[in-house]
Amino acid sequence: MLKTYVTGIVIGIAGAVAAVGYLPAVNLDREVSIVSVAPNGGNSETFHVNVPGDRIMLGAQAQANLMPPGLRWPEDPVFAGVRTELFKVRNSRDAVIGVGSRVVVQNEKLGNVIEWTVHLPARGSLYVRMEPENQSGQRIGRLRAGTREFAGLSGGLAERWVANETGDDPVSQGRIEMVATYVANARPESAGDQP
Amino acid sequence: MKFLLVLVLGIASGAAAAAGFLYYNPLTSADVVTPLMVSDRRQFILNYSAVPAENILFTNNGESRITPAPQRVTQLWEGTVRDTEVLVAQLFDYRGQPVGAGIKFSTLSEDTRLLNGEAIVDSVWHIILPRQGSLLVAQRENRWDFFREIVVPAHWSSADSWKGAWRGLLSAGPNAMGTARVFGGSGNFDGVTLEAVEYLRASAYSTKSGPVAADGQLIFEFQEPTTQIAADAASE
Repeated sequence: MLKTYVTGIVIGIAGAVAAVGYLPAVNLDREVSIVSVAPNGGNSETFHVNVPGDRIMLGAQAQANLMPPGLRWPEDPVFAGVRTELFKVRNSRDAVIGVGSRVVVQNEKLGNVIEWTVHLPARGSLYVRMEPENQSGQRIGRLRAGTREFAGLSGGLAERWVANETGDDPVSQGRIEMVATYVANARPESAGDQP
Repeated sequence: MKFLLVLVLGIASGAAAAAGFLYYNPLTSADVVTPLMVSDRRQFILNYSAVPAENILFTNNGESRITPAPQRVTQLWEGTVRDTEVLVAQLFDYRGQPVGAGIKFSTLSEDTRLLNGEAIVDSVWHIILPRQGSLLVAQRENRWDFFREIVVPAHWSSADSWKGAWRGLLSAGPNAMGTARVFGGSGNFDGVTLEAVEYLRASAYSTKSGPVAADGQLIFEFQEPTTQIAADAASE
């Protein structure tokens, strides 16, 4: 009887260790990355956000329609000239693949700053600073940093507003289209860094 | 039948023993001390509330313990983002003065290894300090100690809550010394490389609503030594 009990304990310990060690605790959903080769080197990928459907937050002082309803955006003077938006980000198949923040700061100290952070959970994040000037309907930005899959890449992001003129969806105002370009960077990672 | 019952009892005892070892294993405790604590380089601190309802916005998949706020915020229910949380927090300096806002995207990581005491979360902070500049903090967090010392005891408690004094280091990389990578975006931080660590201090937690009294702290460090900064200032 004792032998059976001890055998059970050993099986229990081994089973628990195997389960914790080998069964994945986290298993993220993925969409197939739709990446194409850019004509002049590197790869490109298109994202978009539908407005207002994909907007999670719109925060700014003196803004009549803050989003979501009930949002308490800080009234402190330090936030003057700051406009922050959060969106769900979609791929070219219109599937949600991540979330992103678009921040605009206009003040004497910083001038005119526009930045995107696009966070794709299963892949990594992109941090882009946009040029303030709008050139022929689109704004260009430079990739300042990337994490995980995007670590060590350089490249850019172009955004443009595409108004919904079809009238098929009375709620939709249009969408922000983004084309990201990734170029491999020759800069080596620090030797001691983790992957 | 009797033998089968004893075998099942033995398996349950073994599984419980393994779970107990996993939970109490002192070798899996994360460090609370970081290299930034003993550094002589220039640093600055940003504080925020780690209680979701006290912040500007918090959203997740809507099924987690922590309720999104404000009440009518869009939830991240799609499969690709359902393991992700977004926190928009007001940031304060060491004197408690508001200095900006931070947007934190956190996603459970597939690198989580509970056997090694690693409950990994990949997170990025997009930080905007309107009078100083903007930056991105990319880090790998290990929330094992928070889970072990606060969340599990709260579930064991008959009051479904935990109270105490806990301060833990969340940052566990990706830099070699366990610090986060920081990329400057604009203003004073344009082109500047920094390091950072994030601490969490908690004094109350509820199994129904998550953190009840908790603060987060980001400590940033410039890469230039203090002497270099002093020399730069002298030459200006």
